[in-house]
Amino acid sequence: MLSQLRSLWKVFQHSFTPPDTVQYPEQKPYLAPRYRGRIVLTRDPDGEERCVACNLCAAVCPVDCIALQQGLDENGRWQAEFFRINFSRCIMCGLCEEACPTYAIQLTPDVEMCEYDRQNMVYEKEHLLIAGSGKYPDYNFYRVAGKDVGVKTKGSGDNEQPPEDYRSLLP
Amino acid sequence: MAEFMTVLYVLLTLLLLLVLAAMLIWYERRLLALWQDRYGPNRVGPFGLLQVAADMIKIFFKEDWIPPFAEKAVFVLAPAVVVITMLLAFANVPFAESLWVSDLNVGVLFFLAMSALAAYSTILAGWSSNNKYALLGGMRAAAQMISYDVFMGLSLMGVVLLSGSFNLREIVEAQQQGWHITSQFVAFGIFMVAAVAESHRLPFDLPEAEHEIIAGFHTEYSGMKFGLFFVGEYLSVLLISAMSVVLFFGGWLGPILPPFIWFCLKTLLVVSFIILLRAAIPRPRFDQLMAFGWKLMLPLALINLLLTGAVLLWWEA
Repeated sequence: MLSQLRSLWKVFQHSFTPPDTVQYPEQKPYLAPRYRGRIVLTRDPDGEERCVACNLCAAVCPVDCIALQQGLDENGRWQAEFFRINFSRCIMCGLCEEACPTYAIQLTPDVEMCEYDRQNMVYEKEHLLIAGSGKYPDYNFYRVAGKDVGVKTKGSGDNEQPPEDYRSLLP
Repeated sequence: MAEFMTVLYVLLTLLLLLVLAAMLIWYERRLLALWQDRYGPNRVGPFGLLQVAADMIKIFFKEDWIPPFAEKAVFVLAPAVVVITMLLAFANVPFAESLWVSDLNVGVLFFLAMSALAAYSTILAGWSSNNKYALLGGMRAAAQMISYDVFMGLSLMGVVLLSGSFNLREIVEAQQQGWHITSQFVAFGIFMVAAVAESHRLPFDLPEAEHEIIAGFHTEYSGMKFGLFFVGEYLSVLLISAMSVVLFFGGWLGPILPPFIWFCLKTLLVVSFIILLRAAIPRPRFDQLMAFGWKLMLPLALINLLLTGAVLLWWEA
């Protein structure tokens, strides 16, 4: 009985504490930079698309909302011919971001993406691509990868040595 | 002329009560939100006051579905019973010296009878739904009504002894020297517990316990029939608040302000307290509820009645 009276009093004391509510449309809550919201495709510091169309994101996606077709540009660099994310299916799990070897696909703190038409939730590559490099500003996949696709010649990348001439007998 | 005035009073009371019952939903939600550190409904209209209107519009346009397995006539009638009995009980509540619909000389008994009759609403609803959860809710309502009505009546007898009348107006006038709450504090506690149990409000809402028996007696109800249960519940909250003001807090008596305003203010305070009960206290188990009623509240009410009677006799001698 006493504990009930005590809880009555404790609850009554809350008359004088301000509400915790964030009045959403007028007042935006803080979303951390690593919040998992709308998906974007980023570019490397040179302004080229980071995406190499390896299909890992599409393979890992638990709801199969990513579709893409791999193609090659004139330097032999892999690029997506189309890249399509159906946001009406996307569950914002972030597995695609984890799977991406080039930091191309990233999730942003933007969650306000309501549409009246379901078809408008399907984002094509031009909708997904952003101008900047997102969360990893200095990273360029082809500067650390071995392949020569016009970014650097073979062996001139970061942490890379020129290729060994195995026909030479010199030490 | 007198008849015309009575009809006018009836219509005014009816209108006021139904509007108040609707506004009480808003008031309760805002208060609960305040105590849970939220805002509650604040979007529709100023301070969310029109939320009730929006809900009403919605509930009127909902499909009014009667399950094919239900006992149709009783199913339709059951929600009306609670509203009718509650409105009838309000007829003899004196809002001010000369502001009442009927001046019954058995006012307290009439109130008890009406609040007991209201239990038929839940029992019939639970039975006619032909659903095991609804029936469980109805049975709980019946058991709860029987055990809590006993000491509700007994707790009021102390007040009746003190004021020497069953007439609610005379009970209020007997409190000119001091409110009955001062001498009948125990009776007030018992009455409050019993009244909250009678109106199936939390913490005594076992007939409609959502967690155990879905929604109890109104599991099968939807649309405005469900709405009527709600209106009935809020009317009964208003009724028990008004009755506790009349019986224990001196009704319309008070300095400076007009009597009707005093009555409304006191009623509002009691309503707020009932909502605070809902916000703070969890629902007991059903056997706990029964044990609490029969083993604690009933003896307390009897002892209180005995003591009041003894003291009165001693004074007169």
